[in-house]
Amino acid sequence: MRLEYFQLIDRITELNLTELTVRAEANVPAASTIFEGHFPGYPLMPGVLLIETMAQTSGWLVIARMNFERMPFLAAVKQAKLRTFVQPGQSLQVSATLAHEGSGYMVTDAEIRADGKLVCDASLTLRTMPFPNPEFRANMTEVAKRIGLPMGAVVDG
Amino acid sequence: MSSTFDTVANIIAETCDIPRDTIKPESHAIDDLGIDSLDFLDIAFAIDKAFGIKLPLEQWTQEVNDGKATTEQYFVLKNLSARIDDLVAAKGA
Repeated sequence: MRLEYFQLIDRITELNLTELTVRAEANVPAASTIFEGHFPGYPLMPGVLLIETMAQTSGWLVIARMNFERMPFLAAVKQAKLRTFVQPGQSLQVSATLAHEGSGYMVTDAEIRADGKLVCDASLTLRTMPFPNPEFRANMTEVAKRIGLPMGAVVDG
Repeated sequence: MSSTFDTVANIIAETCDIPRDTIKPESHAIDDLGIDSLDFLDIAFAIDKAFGIKLPLEQWTQEVNDGKATTEQYFVLKNLSARIDDLVAAKGA
């Protein structure tokens, strides 16, 4: 995770476009300016960043499902529950399942676990739109390669 | 048609916290009930699930933007209910 850059997914470990599921790893850094304020003397991963982590993981599933033809944007967060504290240095396992594919939007069920223990979960709605410009799409493709999104699975369906 | 409308009206009432008795077949979801696009996503999700269909929201929006259709054709609830019935019938055909 590079929290300050909102790069929250380190690696996609599994993408299944038949089951419509995705799994990812996200390692919370040992140090970050964010922890200086949240909170002094008791650093905790902000809940909003955990939700964003679930959203980004969901986003990779959606973008793969749409074969990189459209970009997902987080539109709604429902039933979000932050169940345990997450501290610097922890390794997180993130997963998401496509719950519904609508016209111009998708809904996922996402969760994060640490050492098998449920950290948080939510139902997320993502709008899908055409990429606003080719550079945006190219950047997303680059990021996808960097984090190991299996592009063959995307192309082959 | 009436049962479809009732289902849609109940979904809208629950999703948007709008009193059920203010939701009429003649109500325009946007102009009369003040439903915005994000709330309509929730409604579409609930309708999709309830009827086992996929409301073609993007196609409808495009048609309205292109001047090929009016919002009344899709977002007045009796018309929306009729569209849903058509989609359900098409699915079963």
